[in-house]
Amino acid sequence: MTDLSNDAAFVEFQRVQKSYDGEILVVKDLNLSMPKGEFLTMLGPSGSGKTTCLMMLAGFETATHGEIMLDGQPINNIPPHKRGIGMVFQNYALFPHMTVAENLSFPLEVRKIGKSDREAKVKRALDMVQMGDFGNRRPAQLSGGQQQRIALARALVFEPELVLMDEPLGALDKQLREHMQFEITRLAHELGITTVYVTHDQTEALTMSDRVAVFDDGRIQQLAPPDQLYEEPENSFVAQFIGENNTLEGTVKSINGNTCIVTLDDGSEIDAMPVNVSRPGERTTVSIRPERVEFNKDRLHSDAHTLKAQVKEFIYMGDVFRFRMSVAGNDDFIVKTRNAPDAVRLKPGEEIEIGWLTQDCRALDA
Amino acid sequence: MRALMLIAPLLVFVLLSFVIPIASMLFRSVENGIVSETLPLTVEALDGWDADGDQLPDEAIYEAFVRDMVVAIEAKKHTRLGSRLNYEETGMSSMFRKSGRALKKLNPDTDGPFKDQLIDIHDGFGELQTWRVIKTHSVEVTNGYFLNAIDMQRTHEGAVSQPEDKQILVKLFIRTMFMSLIITGSCILLAYPISYLLATLPMRVSNLLMILVLLPFWTSLLVRTSAWKVMLQQQGVINDTLVWLGLVSDSARLIIINNQIGTIIAMTHILLPFMILPMYSVMQTIPVTYTRAAKSMGATNWTTFWRIYFPQSIPGIGAGSILVFILSIGYYITPEIVGGTKGVFISNRIAYHISSSLNWGLAAALGTILLGVVLILYWAYDKIVGIDNVKLG
Amino acid sequence: MKLKNTLLMAAACVTAAGGAMAEEMTIVSWGGAYSKSQLKAYHEPYSAKSGVTILNDDSSAEAVAKLRAMNEAGNVTWDVVDVVASDAIRLCDEGLALEIDADTQLAAAPDGTSASEDFGDLLVSDCFIPQIVYSTTFGYRTDMVGDTPPTDICAVFDLDAYPGKRALEKRPINNVEWALLCDGVAKDDVYDVLETEEGQNRALAKLDTIKDSVVWWSAGADTPQLLADGEIVMGSTYNGRLFSVIEEQKQPVAMLWDAQVFDLDGWIIPAGLSEERQKRALDYIMFATDTQRLADQAKYISYGPARASSAPLVGQHAELGIEMAPHMPTDPNNAQNTFLYNYEFWADYRDDIDAKFQAWLAK
Repeated sequence: MTDLSNDAAFVEFQRVQKSYDGEILVVKDLNLSMPKGEFLTMLGPSGSGKTTCLMMLAGFETATHGEIMLDGQPINNIPPHKRGIGMVFQNYALFPHMTVAENLSFPLEVRKIGKSDREAKVKRALDMVQMGDFGNRRPAQLSGGQQQRIALARALVFEPELVLMDEPLGALDKQLREHMQFEITRLAHELGITTVYVTHDQTEALTMSDRVAVFDDGRIQQLAPPDQLYEEPENSFVAQFIGENNTLEGTVKSINGNTCIVTLDDGSEIDAMPVNVSRPGERTTVSIRPERVEFNKDRLHSDAHTLKAQVKEFIYMGDVFRFRMSVAGNDDFIVKTRNAPDAVRLKPGEEIEIGWLTQDCRALDA
Repeated sequence: MRALMLIAPLLVFVLLSFVIPIASMLFRSVENGIVSETLPLTVEALDGWDADGDQLPDEAIYEAFVRDMVVAIEAKKHTRLGSRLNYEETGMSSMFRKSGRALKKLNPDTDGPFKDQLIDIHDGFGELQTWRVIKTHSVEVTNGYFLNAIDMQRTHEGAVSQPEDKQILVKLFIRTMFMSLIITGSCILLAYPISYLLATLPMRVSNLLMILVLLPFWTSLLVRTSAWKVMLQQQGVINDTLVWLGLVSDSARLIIINNQIGTIIAMTHILLPFMILPMYSVMQTIPVTYTRAAKSMGATNWTTFWRIYFPQSIPGIGAGSILVFILSIGYYITPEIVGGTKGVFISNRIAYHISSSLNWGLAAALGTILLGVVLILYWAYDKIVGIDNVKLG
Repeated sequence: MKLKNTLLMAAACVTAAGGAMAEEMTIVSWGGAYSKSQLKAYHEPYSAKSGVTILNDDSSAEAVAKLRAMNEAGNVTWDVVDVVASDAIRLCDEGLALEIDADTQLAAAPDGTSASEDFGDLLVSDCFIPQIVYSTTFGYRTDMVGDTPPTDICAVFDLDAYPGKRALEKRPINNVEWALLCDGVAKDDVYDVLETEEGQNRALAKLDTIKDSVVWWSAGADTPQLLADGEIVMGSTYNGRLFSVIEEQKQPVAMLWDAQVFDLDGWIIPAGLSEERQKRALDYIMFATDTQRLADQAKYISYGPARASSAPLVGQHAELGIEMAPHMPTDPNNAQNTFLYNYEFWADYRDDIDAKFQAWLAK
């Protein structure tokens, strides 16, 4: 994680709260700062407050409490049209009564940019999204993917320093979505734009972002680069929400620096890394990624704790094998192995022992 | 076949209540069989008579006329013909009625010659104009009603203008169009903000507002119009209030009824829901993201409204305007009650000719012209705005 | 015996059913107080006497057009229709009304005077059975005319002495006669003058002098309402309407009987009824237009009976208990200066002058 000092921040939320009805806070005490050029994703389930944050930044909602800063200036009292922020909406919001070129020209016209300049910029923006030939079409004549590109071009055509995207790929099919993910990140990096991207799709968040802010219950649960988020979730919500995850419930038996021993509810003991447990006797949820589980004893430490596991199901997925096992009373314990030449294909009913590296097993909040 | 069966009731209904009445109106506006049916021999005999000359018809024609009239009087059709011809030439009605009794006694085979006897019975038979009118209007399909409808008349010398002091219908057509445009315009101005509020306010508030909009809609037209009379008259609520507030002196109370202002106010109010409803249903479908997108691109509130919101609401304005305009050019009760002399519409004349003068041919011609005007305006609207650009929701 | 009884019963049922179906007639009139007076004076006693059920239809205002439409459709649903005399003439001309022979088809007076003599000049059309004489005349606000209440029709045209709005009917009939009268034309010459182009223009020119002060009415209820609201200082309407404003609503309104125009209202029987229905309609007419019945109607509304023999029988108002005779337009005190609607003239000139009148109004 890049360490950011306050004065380098381009976008900053300071203790921001938002309530629609004066009682229930949909955003609770939000603090966030972004450097220029960063691609930040707000990820979370629906109702977690991520879209509200985006709308406050755009100026369509006002913060009930706290301050939002843009390039060092407080913007709470600046109306949306003076903020100079580009925006891409989930349903594209292309103006149906204008052609594609007129749509792109609109933000330039309201900025009183001359006609020839306008045309040049519109052409460049259309070329940028490979839609150069579509200037005279109406939005309704374009496919979803094409409309998405136009919406992107329109948000970028007036060269904003900050672009907000509200689930822009939600309506596209999978293949197109993956392609557009790539396009958007490429453009954002090429143009050096600061981007705030809202999605509830974690794959999108992980593949596109410099950093991801995971939202839940009106708070940022964790703000970190994708790899860190995946490998070092700071609480059980993040661990559950990002990627596939096995959990086991238990009580901390002892803590010794970077390792601790956790007694599971069936009495067996495992090694784990204490993340948000501080003393023995605390309840904890331990989290292990399926691909970090090892059942080849040779690869484990000789003194590592192991658990008995019974194979329930074997699923062949091509590049990986996926096993469902019963471990310490959890029947949905998933283990994944790469389909390497020496990979073992366990059969249902087989009983084996499994283990993991201590740092891959994180003892989180209960 | 099954599809045909399913729509059959509707088809029959449309046929009975729409196609047939309109077809019969079109037919009536040119149909004129009565003269040649009642006076077949006379019409034939008049064929050889020179209407432009200054000679009265000869004895043969008078004899043919007596033969026709004896038959017509027997069938009691002569007064009917008199009424028909009276539309063209004042005095014909009583001439036919009065001469009927005397003519009845004549025997066409034995009592000739008739020319002098007829002129004796009624001076009118000795006038060129009488025979000219009969000859001019003996055609079975006539343009006479249409000529009357545009302040002209069919004479033996062709189509000529009505005397100036009888020209009224063209003026009323123009006034009807003009007033309907003003009413449509004021409906647009009043309905737009209301519809906007209806479409953007929270559901709970907008439902209440909607009921307020619809409430007058559920009240009888006559009641609403009469209520306006109470409001607008010189000793009425509005004037009383203004005088009480001291804005208007008691001797200079505003005249806002029995003129065009009264008609415009009352009709705008009555037709307002027809503008609000289509506008509202169109505005409701304009997503808020469009205005947000425009603002994010730097457009001010006004630019956002004018360039983004307004163009998308035009289909609603179009649908509402067509509705209100077409309804208002056909209005008649409200102008009759609050319009005085300057606020009456062409429909009031149509009603007069339907129920008072019984000149249904002229009424049909006026109605046909009105229908034609609507179709032309519809066509023009389609050319200028495009009819696909009309949405009722 | 038993079988015979059953058969008799069945036969009786059939007759009763057939009778009940047939014994029904639709009478068309104007509605409101006028229809009520007919109900009390004619319908109720007739139903009691004959057992015929009478259905009311308040369509007289559109009677001419509707009768023509029914006639064209070949389905006349009305049995007896109340119309003004001019409409009766039109209907008769169009062949839409049945011709009546007064002496054989109407009741003679109690003293044996024949119906045609008893009705006299009021039989203005072969199809028309007169019922009442009403008049179109002026009423004025007693509190708005100062110390000199108008006694002369020409007060209507005198804006200096009687400033304020006046209500006139939105049609030429009556208005042009009054205009000529007040422009110096002798009463007997009015229609001769009106036949000419100059005469018509002269009438309109006279009306032009008060045009800005006129409220034009088209429904008989308008003037009474305008008088009650104080919107106008004087206005023309039917005398019965003014009677109810003055005597029933006790408004500060008085009658200006001068130059009142008599008009007639009565019955016609539509042409083309089945023989049975026609017979029933004629039976009703015979009853409803006899001397006593016409006099009875005046108990409920201040219109004069059309028979000479009815006049002495006019009594008190059924509810208000006041003598009705002085409120009749035909009362000698009221009828010092009167006009009789010239049906012949207006049948010819109505459309022509109406067009000119409307063009003048729109100017």
